[in-house]
Amino acid sequence: MLTRRSFIGATGAAAGVATLGLPGIAFARANTDRRFVFIIQRGAADGLHIVAPTGDPAYAGLRGDFAEDLAQGAKLGSFFTLHPALAETAKLYAGKQALFVHAVASPYRDRSHFDGQNVLETGGSAAYRLRDGWMNRLLGLLPADEAKALALSTTVPMALRGSHEVTSYAQSQLPSATEDLMARVSALYASDQQLHGLWSAAMDTRMKAGDPMQAGGGQNGAAIGALAAKMLSDDGARIAMIETNGWDTHSGQRGRLNVQLRNLDQLLAALKSGLGADWGNTLVAVATEFGRTARPNGTGGTDHGQASAAMLLGGGVRGGAVIADWPGLSSGALYEGRDLKPTTDLDALIAGALAQHYSLEPRRVMATLFPESRGNAIGHPLIVS
Amino acid sequence: MLVSTIALNRFGLGARPADPPISDAKRWLLGQFDRFESRPQALAQVPSRTAVATELAEYIEEQRMFGQAGKRRLQQQPASMPTGAMPQQADEKQVDPVKRYLRQNIRQNYLVMSSARLEAALASDSPFVERLVHFWANHFAVSVDKLPVIGLAGLMEFEAIRPHVLGRFSDMLLAVEQHPAILVYLDQAQSIGPNSRAGQFAAMRGGKARGLNENLAREIMELHTLGVRTGYSQADVTEFARALTGWTVGGIGRGPAARLLGNAPAGSFQFADLLHEPGDRTIMGKRYRDAGENQARAVLMDLAASPATARHLATKLARHFAGDEPPSALVDRLSKAYLASNGDLTTVYRALIDAPEPWATQPLKFKTPWEWSVSALRAVGSRDVPAQAAAGLMKQLGQPTWQPGSPAGWDDISASWAAPEALVLRVEAAQRIADRAGSGVDARALAEKLYPGSLSEATRTAIARAESPAEGLALLLVSPEFVRR
Repeated sequence: MLTRRSFIGATGAAAGVATLGLPGIAFARANTDRRFVFIIQRGAADGLHIVAPTGDPAYAGLRGDFAEDLAQGAKLGSFFTLHPALAETAKLYAGKQALFVHAVASPYRDRSHFDGQNVLETGGSAAYRLRDGWMNRLLGLLPADEAKALALSTTVPMALRGSHEVTSYAQSQLPSATEDLMARVSALYASDQQLHGLWSAAMDTRMKAGDPMQAGGGQNGAAIGALAAKMLSDDGARIAMIETNGWDTHSGQRGRLNVQLRNLDQLLAALKSGLGADWGNTLVAVATEFGRTARPNGTGGTDHGQASAAMLLGGGVRGGAVIADWPGLSSGALYEGRDLKPTTDLDALIAGALAQHYSLEPRRVMATLFPESRGNAIGHPLIVS
Repeated sequence: MLVSTIALNRFGLGARPADPPISDAKRWLLGQFDRFESRPQALAQVPSRTAVATELAEYIEEQRMFGQAGKRRLQQQPASMPTGAMPQQADEKQVDPVKRYLRQNIRQNYLVMSSARLEAALASDSPFVERLVHFWANHFAVSVDKLPVIGLAGLMEFEAIRPHVLGRFSDMLLAVEQHPAILVYLDQAQSIGPNSRAGQFAAMRGGKARGLNENLAREIMELHTLGVRTGYSQADVTEFARALTGWTVGGIGRGPAARLLGNAPAGSFQFADLLHEPGDRTIMGKRYRDAGENQARAVLMDLAASPATARHLATKLARHFAGDEPPSALVDRLSKAYLASNGDLTTVYRALIDAPEPWATQPLKFKTPWEWSVSALRAVGSRDVPAQAAAGLMKQLGQPTWQPGSPAGWDDISASWAAPEALVLRVEAAQRIADRAGSGVDARALAEKLYPGSLSEATRTAIARAESPAEGLALLLVSPEFVRR
């Protein structure tokens, strides 16, 4: 349970993060066209540079020349500023389709990327305690025609691994194998359980994607966003995970984040435009394994820290707000004197958003996705019901 | 599988059609310790460190002269989304031609080295030791997502891993941590002790704050030696980072470090006393006197000798040779061999060969794209591959050479590689390899030779019914036998 020090919401909505219980939402399971996309920021994205708390009295002194980047950014109320590279995201915010949550963190309290990502993806309370991912377990809560998941990568990331079938898709630059060879491989794998399963999944996905070269090189955000939208359209997948790398900015952070965020911004914009009317039924969550040090290090970057910022986007999101139980940036307020202190539980945020998005019972979502957590799913309205 | 098949495929890099049959599998493996060449013919074309580093230094100088626009790109090329591509620039035409020329050279160095790595693997008569080189290079992973690392990553494998693969772990560790590739990749080259003379001078001038970077210290403890969650604290990481200050690289650094080392040979390891944080350090309860360069060296030697390190390395080796879930008896055995021999790697490998677990007759591992490519090319008797093709193949299969994207290296479990799309990519690559091999290879005979006594009926039938020799060969290369080891 969170204590409320200073709740900051740009819309002035009076509700706090900590509100439990959720009036006005039915928990029926209905077949709809809802979609969910999880974008992971691998490498620990610096939330203080993305959704910058420019209104915090300690901010300017603490961040030094990093603060210059935010001068041109969109104001999110009086306290936060969005990095200017996120121009399209700022429009979503203005249109009340983007919601930011700050000082948020998974239960992981150390500073290893690999353990941190394992916790973020498995949904466990510590690294390597769970063997499957929370997105895979989510599939078990959904009606069959919505429980179709896709990883936009050649291999399946941890969050999607588990007992429910998941497929993967990435652009290929190799010349396509002949139809004949493909058919013979199908026959060859028929009696090998593992290879047969993988191969069948690949064939189904290929049929859906059509020409694999169509979306271009696949190395930029806009192409990935467009591809994801295509794979989520019509009778395709309903749940997708997109991996983004390169957030580990130990040095040269200003330039690197500018490129990273522009790429993310283009990805989100392409996803929205590609989904068309389906954007209204889509929830996108963006999160990272942990944040970075509040103070820049000696090499124009930041080192591994704790809390960061997460994003919820989509046609149904109650956007235009920043939700934060803001811990402050004064040196006494920092976690171990160096990092933004976590005050909102990322697990609770994800569970709350998904429960509302899919009209599921929040306690059940929390217990299934994050079985080791003792907290409750966030009840604050995140999705337009 | 016969023991000889296991020796060739699980320990080695895959059989070649022209190799003589193996009568004694263990003797064949042990004999490789004498046969292994640290600098084989395949590496003859690799440019020297001075040449690579000098080009990089020229590039950096050109960046300085042509302002800030390109500098951001040089400092850290962010990995493209979602999988890293080789750093490239969109506005190619606006770049100054000298810079473009130098960048092409840097990339050319990478292509030459990745193709040399593959050729060494194809030509090797000591494929078990060659596999161990790849294992350790992945253990000490650097990633060419950062431009300065592009030309240096291969050199680190050739200069710091290969010469020590049959020696002591502590020697390999020291050679790696003093190599320019890792010093640049993990930001150590720019780390400055806040109370060092350079740090104090910068503070006095009120210039831009420069100081400590703890990246290398953390990854040495977490990834290279002790392993994560083995008892060290954030304070230990910071103290170790302080001890490491002063460890830097001549000629290609940036900031005050570069200016201080103006005359040092490009790419050479340098200890810059002016950057070193003065004072004794306490790490995991032990006090290290300030002895300049030797302070961090003493820490490294203690880390190498730690039982946690023995266990960490033993676990990774056991996972590589005996399955995704490393058998605990094997981990214990390797860990004991490591500690009893003061980290002598050949002793550890002997313990591995003597243990029962790596000799299980069923397949234990799903091959990574690298393992699969090397074994496929060895199976068709390929000896050399064009530079561009070697790098291209690995990128397309999802494991670009020296580009794991993180210092943790590539995963060594099947869940990371056995995925639907990955399998299709292998089929496409197999078709291309088989087409290139031509009709000279009889896949039916080759299959019986590669898997004597253990070829499955399904694979035999599929090959026999193929519509062409090349198709039969492609089917062999993607058969259940061949994608696992």
